[in-house]
Amino acid sequence: MHLSRPARVALRVAACLGFAVVYVPLALVLLNSFSTDRSASWPPDGLTLHWWSVAWDNAGARSALWVSVKAGLGATAVAVVLGTLIAFAVARHRFFGRDTVSFVVVLPIALPGIVTGIALNSAFSTVLEPLGIGLGMFTVVVGHATFCIVVVFNNVVARLRRTSGSYEEAAMDLGAHTFRAFVDVTFPMVRSSLLAGALLAFALSFDEIVVTTFTAGPGVETLPIWIFNNMTRPQQAPVVNVLAAVLVLLSVIPIYIAQRLSADTAASSRV
Amino acid sequence: MTPSHTVRTAGRSRVRRLAGALHRRPRLRLSLLLTAPLLWLAVLYLGSLAVLFVSAFWTTNSFTSEVVKVWSTDNFEALFTTPVFRQVIWRSIGVALAVTALCAVIALPIAFYTARVARPRWRPLLVVAILTPLWASYLVKVYAWRLILSEGGLADWLLAPLGLDGPGYGLTAAVVTLTYLWLPYMILPIHTALEQLPDNLLDASADLGARPGRTLRSVVLPVVLPSVAAGSVFTFSLSLGDYITVQIVGGKTQLIGNLVYSNIELNLPMAAALGTVPVVVIVVYLLAMRRTGALSSL
Repeated sequence: MHLSRPARVALRVAACLGFAVVYVPLALVLLNSFSTDRSASWPPDGLTLHWWSVAWDNAGARSALWVSVKAGLGATAVAVVLGTLIAFAVARHRFFGRDTVSFVVVLPIALPGIVTGIALNSAFSTVLEPLGIGLGMFTVVVGHATFCIVVVFNNVVARLRRTSGSYEEAAMDLGAHTFRAFVDVTFPMVRSSLLAGALLAFALSFDEIVVTTFTAGPGVETLPIWIFNNMTRPQQAPVVNVLAAVLVLLSVIPIYIAQRLSADTAASSRV
Repeated sequence: MTPSHTVRTAGRSRVRRLAGALHRRPRLRLSLLLTAPLLWLAVLYLGSLAVLFVSAFWTTNSFTSEVVKVWSTDNFEALFTTPVFRQVIWRSIGVALAVTALCAVIALPIAFYTARVARPRWRPLLVVAILTPLWASYLVKVYAWRLILSEGGLADWLLAPLGLDGPGYGLTAAVVTLTYLWLPYMILPIHTALEQLPDNLLDASADLGARPGRTLRSVVLPVVLPSVAAGSVFTFSLSLGDYITVQIVGGKTQLIGNLVYSNIELNLPMAAALGTVPVVVIVVYLLAMRRTGALSSL
């Protein structure tokens, strides 16, 4: 479209402003972790690395990080298995209620987290507590896995829809049985989408706070819960600042891997 | 032939027989695929949701806070008659609509720039720049705005030359923060729609004598509107269910999520009834958006 020069300039300025609004808060979090001042007044009085070493030695933050990693890995493992199973069923079979299945998979992430949270909470306390299983790591993993299934499912089902089943049929015509065809043909085709789904699932679980609040019980503190609980305590403010900065820096990793994976996807789809 | 070799061959032929049996029975394969995930989603998840919504019709003993399983619609009547509840429900819907409108207004020029004005070489990088904040932690992004809006913070400093104060923590802060959180969900679908808009449509419009303004109204807008609707599904429903942001930057403001949260301990049936409100509103919104054809582009 032939836009006039002023219109182009106006759009460029608006977009630059927009990107500034998106990135300034993140930059502020990074800068604030080096501030000598405990309050967030602007401009900061001076810069120091002191709080980073304080945060490094903070036992509560460390154990919270560890809890988050464990919960994320557990939830991802469950979500990868269940999400892949549903993706194969939906993409490679026709059956009654197929659309309903895809809808139910999306539901845990479409409904507000608090609704999912209290539903699981009351179910756990009525069913599991009589069995002697209280709220804890196990229930957190179950809760997280429930809403992580959808991202694995979405990634794998999209890949399966793009690759036809004729590759598997060719493998079987050449004498491979079902499992061999899966290991040698199907799995290599879906591998990168599976990885991308697993990465997304882990990131989703690592970041989750609402469902965690209702499924964790008193003893289990994930990193977001720890940050939330300590956010309003002036004593802990510097440590919270450093953790927030670390989380901003960590968010670059999944972007980098996702870019690599999609490059790989582009390469393998040329087969 | 060594014994171990025999065992291995026997094992291999068993695998082969099992594979053959599975291959001949697609229904069996399907049920093996679906049993575990459906047990998880249908029994565990839908089961707990169903129990929650049934429990909205129960009551509590006001003295012991224990749930009394007697059927009544008192909770839903309370939703419509208690002034506080009505006020909070309308406020929540208003906040969700305001956030959606703000996101659309901010996202449109950004998406127009990234999809049509920026040089094609830069576009993939700009898409990464839109996506990056989505990976940053939700809590950290809210915390960033807590820092910005704090007393003597960046907002106060920026507005001081204009003789103004920052909004502080409150309803405005909550709307601003929610807009910031969900903005990428609005930019992405609009960017995709504009990027897929074929150039020759625009050329045809210009050849037929339309000025840019007319082309924008008659060609670009009809393509963009469904994508705005698609983005609004995210911005609306994510804002409606949120209660953490309001707790962190909202001051004393209460939205529907906060009411649910504050009722869980003492009156679970009331919390469940309150929880049905965002679900019903979101379903109504989804049905309304389906008419625009937005959901097919999700």
